[in-house]
Amino acid sequence: MSAQTRKLVALGAIWATLAFAPYWMVPLGGYTALGTRVLVLGLAAMSVNFLLGFTGVLSFGHAAYFGLGAYGAGFALKFLAPSTPLSLLCGMLLGGVAGALLGALIVRRRGVYFAMVTIAFGQVFYYIAFQWSSVTGGDDGLRGFSRQPLDFGLFSLDILSNTNAFYYFVFVCFALATCVMAFILRSPFGRTMIAIRENERRARFLGIPVERHIWIAFTLSCFFVGFAGALYALLNNFADPRGLHYSQSGDFVMMAVMGGMRTFWGPLLGAAVFVVLQDYLSSITVNWMSFVGMLFVAVVLFFPRGLLGFIRRNGES
Amino acid sequence: MTQVLLFNITNGLIIGAFYVLMALGLSLILNLSNVINFAHGGFLVIGGYIAYTITPYVGFWGSLLIAPPLTAVIGLLVERVLIRPLYGRDPLYSLLLTFGLAFIIEDGTRFIWGAQGKPVTVPAILATPLSYEFFFITGYRLFMVFVVVATVTLLFVLLRYTRLGIRIRAGTLDLETVAALGINVGMLRSLNFAVGIFLAGLSGVLAAGQLGLEPTMGTGLLMPSFIAIIVGGVGSLTGTLLGGLLIGVASGITAVFLPAASEAIMYVLMAVVLLIRPRGLLGEEGMLT
Repeated sequence: MSAQTRKLVALGAIWATLAFAPYWMVPLGGYTALGTRVLVLGLAAMSVNFLLGFTGVLSFGHAAYFGLGAYGAGFALKFLAPSTPLSLLCGMLLGGVAGALLGALIVRRRGVYFAMVTIAFGQVFYYIAFQWSSVTGGDDGLRGFSRQPLDFGLFSLDILSNTNAFYYFVFVCFALATCVMAFILRSPFGRTMIAIRENERRARFLGIPVERHIWIAFTLSCFFVGFAGALYALLNNFADPRGLHYSQSGDFVMMAVMGGMRTFWGPLLGAAVFVVLQDYLSSITVNWMSFVGMLFVAVVLFFPRGLLGFIRRNGES
Repeated sequence: MTQVLLFNITNGLIIGAFYVLMALGLSLILNLSNVINFAHGGFLVIGGYIAYTITPYVGFWGSLLIAPPLTAVIGLLVERVLIRPLYGRDPLYSLLLTFGLAFIIEDGTRFIWGAQGKPVTVPAILATPLSYEFFFITGYRLFMVFVVVATVTLLFVLLRYTRLGIRIRAGTLDLETVAALGINVGMLRSLNFAVGIFLAGLSGVLAAGQLGLEPTMGTGLLMPSFIAIIVGGVGSLTGTLLGGLLIGVASGITAVFLPAASEAIMYVLMAVVLLIRPRGLLGEEGMLT
């Protein structure tokens, strides 16, 4: 099999697995909402990896834009209009615009310093959501909204009570977002991002405005993660302040690293493993935090290339 | 009004002194080893709980002397076994590892000492207010400030005049050259890490007397320390000192006029500093950028 056909087969397998998830997950002991969670958090992890794996810039504060997406969607549904597409748009815009503004402040930093500044700025929104309880609901989160059925004119799709229909709605959103992401990565801009990751100094000598590219990549990644956050709010029918906390950012980075951060699909695999494991562990033990922590330690020490990186490397040798 | 303001400024200074202690430890480790120690808050909690456990046997003063070095020993073990393999790799990995470690420590303390908070009593001599007019200046708070000042002075003397300190400072500037001069860099990093964790342990013992003990207390104190480092400028310990005091006082003053924003003001301060002076107050250009 040539590399080209192998790639096509793998892609077909991924999409087929996702497309039929509600049908094979339930017999295996899962539930459809778990599959939806994997898709949403997988999209968030892929957005983080858009920056981490392809531009080589470590943001440890993406939960802020994810959470802003969730709150944006919630506010739109609660105060603006009961429309699901509008809420997604608002969530994405809130996350993306906040990312663009803060990104301008932090893109000049590099390495650990960049990571620290992103963490600290990410926490701002957590405190706002936590303190300003008259608007955001404080510790309880933003409640009192729910996703609305989709109206196509000729027929309407009830994504509120039919979990399978909602899964397919999220599936379509996920497919759209990943296609845009893949398109950007294949464009000259995407190639430039990878060039910056590989050798920033050389990219600079070639006349590439590095800061501007990193800022655009940061902003795009915030738009994607905000979109994922909006979907997450629709999934839960509420927005949680803990979705803004830096420990959520840590989970995203972990998913990306665990799946393989140099690969496009790795973060989705990482998200699947992480979500299923967390769901399972929290059902059998109260000490699930320790196990998640040990997973972090084990992945860092033994599988730094992630699952896909590990498989690919063994496949080559 | 003046008294309220004075109260809050004093309070801010005391809290700031406390952030300084935390942030200096973090800063030491960050500068030499390029590791953001997310588990720093966890080590603070360990220090506090160790002190709580040994206080019945050795008393408050004994625990103040014994708990920080014990915490440093635990930190040394962690550095040797878990963090050492990650030097030279992308800082992402040590960040993720210490992040997971923080989870394990928080869950572990909950497992060993229970999820309920523990009250901590300080000796009667420190617990009484010193004057009725300024009731808020308790002996314990003055004592805390005294310990912080003494420790910070000692740290700066250590860094300025001892062989270890000079090597640490040289390593911060150029580790490669230090290694080429035949200095055992692995050992240097271990000792430096232990000093940082010692400071975390000491913060834990002091915090326990003021705030009581809770498994989650470390996480809340971690973020102000980060901000102190960023405001002061990465790479400069004096900057960290200044940054910690500054955000402490700023949040103290804000607490008078707008209590809800006392936490947010730190972030505003950080944003302003990054806008006007991206490298931080005393940070040097090219340092860890």
